[in-house]
Amino acid sequence: MRYLPLTSADRASMLETIGASSVEELYSDVPDGALLDAPVDLPSHLGEMQVERDMMALAAKNTGASSVPSFLGAGAYRHHVPATVDYVIQRGEFLTAYTPYQPEIAQGTLQYLFEFQTQVASITGMDVANASMWDGATSCAEAVLMACRATRRKKAVLSGGVHPHYREVTETYCQYSDTEVAGRDGNPEQQATVEELDDLIDDQTACVVVQYPDVFGRVQDHTKLAEVCHAKGALLVVVFTEAVAFGAIKSPGSFGADIVCGEGQSIGNALNYGGPYVGLFATTQKLVRQMPGRLCGETVDQDGKRGFVLTLSTREQHIRREKATSNICTNSGLCSLAFTVHMSLLGEDGYRRLATLNHENACKAADALDAVPGVTVVNDSFFNEFTVKLSKPAAEVVETLVAKNVLGGVPLSRLYPNRSDLDNYLLVAVTETNTDDDIAALADALKEALA
Amino acid sequence: MAKKFSQEHEWIELEDGIATVGITDYAQQSLGDIVYVELPEVGKKLTKDGDAAVVESVKAASDVYAPLDGEIVEVNEDLDDNPALVNEAPETDGWFFRMTLTDESQLDELMDEAAYNDFVEGL
Amino acid sequence: MTFTTHTGNRGLVLEEKLIFEQGQAGRTGVDLPEPKGTKSRLGGLDRDSDVGLPGLSEPQVVRHFTRLSQKNFGIDSGFFPLGSCTMKHNPRINEKVARLPGLSDLHPMQPESTVQGALELMDQCAHWLLVLTGMPAVAMSPAAGAQGELCGMMAIRAALDARGENRRRVLVPESAHGTNPATAAACGFTVDSIPATEDGRVDLAAFEAKLGDDVAGIMLTNPNTCGLFERDVRKIADLVHEAGGYFYCDGANFNAIVGRVRPADLGIDAMHINLHKTFSTPHGGGGPGSGPVVFSDALAPFAPIPYVVRTENGFRLVETADENDGTKPFGRLKGFHGQMGMFIRALAYMKSHGSDGLRQASGDAVLNANYLLARLKDKLSVAYPGYCMHEALFDDGFLKDTGVSTLDLAKAIIDEGFHPMTMYFPLVVHGALLVEPTETETKESIDEFCDSVLHLVGKAQSGDAEFFKNAPYLTPRRRLDETAAARKPVLRWKPETA
Repeated sequence: MRYLPLTSADRASMLETIGASSVEELYSDVPDGALLDAPVDLPSHLGEMQVERDMMALAAKNTGASSVPSFLGAGAYRHHVPATVDYVIQRGEFLTAYTPYQPEIAQGTLQYLFEFQTQVASITGMDVANASMWDGATSCAEAVLMACRATRRKKAVLSGGVHPHYREVTETYCQYSDTEVAGRDGNPEQQATVEELDDLIDDQTACVVVQYPDVFGRVQDHTKLAEVCHAKGALLVVVFTEAVAFGAIKSPGSFGADIVCGEGQSIGNALNYGGPYVGLFATTQKLVRQMPGRLCGETVDQDGKRGFVLTLSTREQHIRREKATSNICTNSGLCSLAFTVHMSLLGEDGYRRLATLNHENACKAADALDAVPGVTVVNDSFFNEFTVKLSKPAAEVVETLVAKNVLGGVPLSRLYPNRSDLDNYLLVAVTETNTDDDIAALADALKEALA
Repeated sequence: MAKKFSQEHEWIELEDGIATVGITDYAQQSLGDIVYVELPEVGKKLTKDGDAAVVESVKAASDVYAPLDGEIVEVNEDLDDNPALVNEAPETDGWFFRMTLTDESQLDELMDEAAYNDFVEGL
Repeated sequence: MTFTTHTGNRGLVLEEKLIFEQGQAGRTGVDLPEPKGTKSRLGGLDRDSDVGLPGLSEPQVVRHFTRLSQKNFGIDSGFFPLGSCTMKHNPRINEKVARLPGLSDLHPMQPESTVQGALELMDQCAHWLLVLTGMPAVAMSPAAGAQGELCGMMAIRAALDARGENRRRVLVPESAHGTNPATAAACGFTVDSIPATEDGRVDLAAFEAKLGDDVAGIMLTNPNTCGLFERDVRKIADLVHEAGGYFYCDGANFNAIVGRVRPADLGIDAMHINLHKTFSTPHGGGGPGSGPVVFSDALAPFAPIPYVVRTENGFRLVETADENDGTKPFGRLKGFHGQMGMFIRALAYMKSHGSDGLRQASGDAVLNANYLLARLKDKLSVAYPGYCMHEALFDDGFLKDTGVSTLDLAKAIIDEGFHPMTMYFPLVVHGALLVEPTETETKESIDEFCDSVLHLVGKAQSGDAEFFKNAPYLTPRRRLDETAAARKPVLRWKPETA
């Protein structure tokens, strides 16, 4: 087998050194009957060519998102990833390294984590960021738990604009730690007011969680909400699903947010049918010791040269065990590298231009769709994603569009299966990858489907 | 009043009804370089042997337990900026917090300096 | 000869500034079309200040990250016997197939009809895991091992709740990985530690004495963190079941037994599998991982959403709890459906090895570890007697009175060109050194490592402590001041203020 270098002669000589008669003897602690004497019932080994053929056959049964006009978002976005990104993350020194426990031989990983943390803090407008979480939804849950620790309170209020997956994961994480998750149902036609959220905040509320832009695509100012939260001793948590947006809109930090976290997939990472992605997590200097996850910090070595180490690890599970701030261990290392490389390529000008192009394309698409009979654009404001109301159930329309080779968007019924009032709504994301032809194809297909 | 000591390596000094609490020189030496001290909030009610503070070195976090029942009236804010004070002057400038005592007679259960030194010897 | 260069570089060892110190306004590494100046619809929240990102050209970016990579040690660089992490070879075919557009370029919200191959792939990956573990059900969505633990323990909590029982105590051996107690605490359980016997296994009598009607279950790593198979594992399973609790098995060390022992035959109720350990998906400098969890029939109904089912009309993705199918999912653990990119790689690996190759792989992993143990046991101090599984554990007894610590020895090993073993874990062994060679190493590389370690041990025992205290000498950076880093945390770059 090509990955196994030992020869029969090696094995025999090694067993002799060990003083064992067979490999089976090394398993003598396994209880009687539990040691299998033959391979399990699965296919035998394959050469590289056969494996590739098998996997290509599976791939051929899918419709790649870039092979047709595609307008799906709802927490994952198709963007162009420069070739440099994939080259860098496939370098073996990055790909096959592990968590930088030995900083003397892991300065490469540590330095890019320091750069990553700085980039994340910069785009979110916060003081500090950690070295990544698993994804946006788990970051949201961890932010709520962190707010509970920091305020010693046990309730979170989630705005109706928060992505249902983020809400479900937060509820799952909180359900066994006596933490109440309250909030309003989402409504694409009407945004919750600060007053409505204010009513839900009491002296046990650790935080209010809002999404920016929200799950329906709306862009809302949360300055006032931050003030309301702070007056009641609660934290404001701002989550996001589209990291490109902060190139065009004000940062959550400028509202006075205490924790800003969300999904970093958009920058440097492929769609990958939902994972692996990279959770971004930023906060204020004041709350840094309550943060979950790994942190990279600057220091000097024995010779006085600048270097980087993992730091503040006393927050973490391997030291604090049951008192740790989170059980997270492995994070999204390589995805954060992809993010860092892409962001380095973009730079200030590229990042902001990319955001502008996304927004312009979305504006163009919104106008084109609004002109289609049976389609109404619901949003007043949006970045690169907006909600439209259709004259027919959106899930059916999306299936009709598939037949016309268009991936037309995400029906809200998929995100809110128990909300029949949302059946006719469709979430449409438009990025820099969508051409004018794509937009025309979507408008035409919708026109036929709704006729 | 002369300092008193607990088996958890805290020292306690009572003056005008307020006890100042810190960790002993022996404790700071065993912990190594202190990088952070998490102090309780002023007003927090402490129960003897309950959690009061956390002292952290690079690779360890150790709980500091309340040596007596009482309430926090002041914490050493200098430790926020300069946790090294605990290493440099554990039994003076590196104090952790000041507390009122619910029951001063609990002090009698603690060791005097000679007894504490014997206790440390025996470890 | 030693001298300082003008640049601070030393030949191929190149100093590299932060990107923030290299950027120039107006430079960029991407060419994007000129925006048309459309009136914005951003709700009046148009960004009105700079983000603060540096501008670099593409060649600068390529050079920057290439130089950074050269300061890193990976499996591709050399022997990486980091115990409990299973740093085995990462085949490049896995990377190649994971990038097929038909697999990588799929949006998680595409209609099912357009992703039948992806769902089939998840189903196939699940099938391999089920057959290898002998278990009836698997949850594929957990993002990493630690989240797999959370998944398993939440299912236990949900099952207990469904039984209307308020059991809250979880038994965890003191040698357990830190994620175990952290996970139990996150599920509202209290942790009760079980001591180990002198031969590094669960103390059965102590365990039995701790059982009671408030015990939710046990979290046991097998093979355990000392690299040993828990001989009494079946007895432990029977006892915990008789007491009304569940058996969570931490599958971090599955690589030692895959294809040879099915955890189902040991009586477990749940076990996570780290695809980045046993099934060769890359560690990536700390992730992404993937931690599917297999379940017994008792826990299967509580598995989280989403999951894939096979129907007459193809594969279907179940994203919402369905009250009619008898399932009671405890919730959702992450956005979308799981670490698809890792399923692709793990499946490619499993197909490459096949059932015969996986069995050979675990056998070779155990053989390599025992060979390393045999080569070092006379000069180092073995923590526990007998054969080990896939990793060999030593304590620091052999360094007694040398003035050299486990850490010092590890730093000297770095200068010899190896990644050190895991140090100071498990905590139950004083100054622990946990060495896991994995099956993808040659006998020659293990011999070279053993020879180097023996050389260094001789040097330490002959009284050259000063040499070790200052190691490593030959790395891009020498020992770093972790105390300074923690006392005044600098966690990001900031522009110099004039």
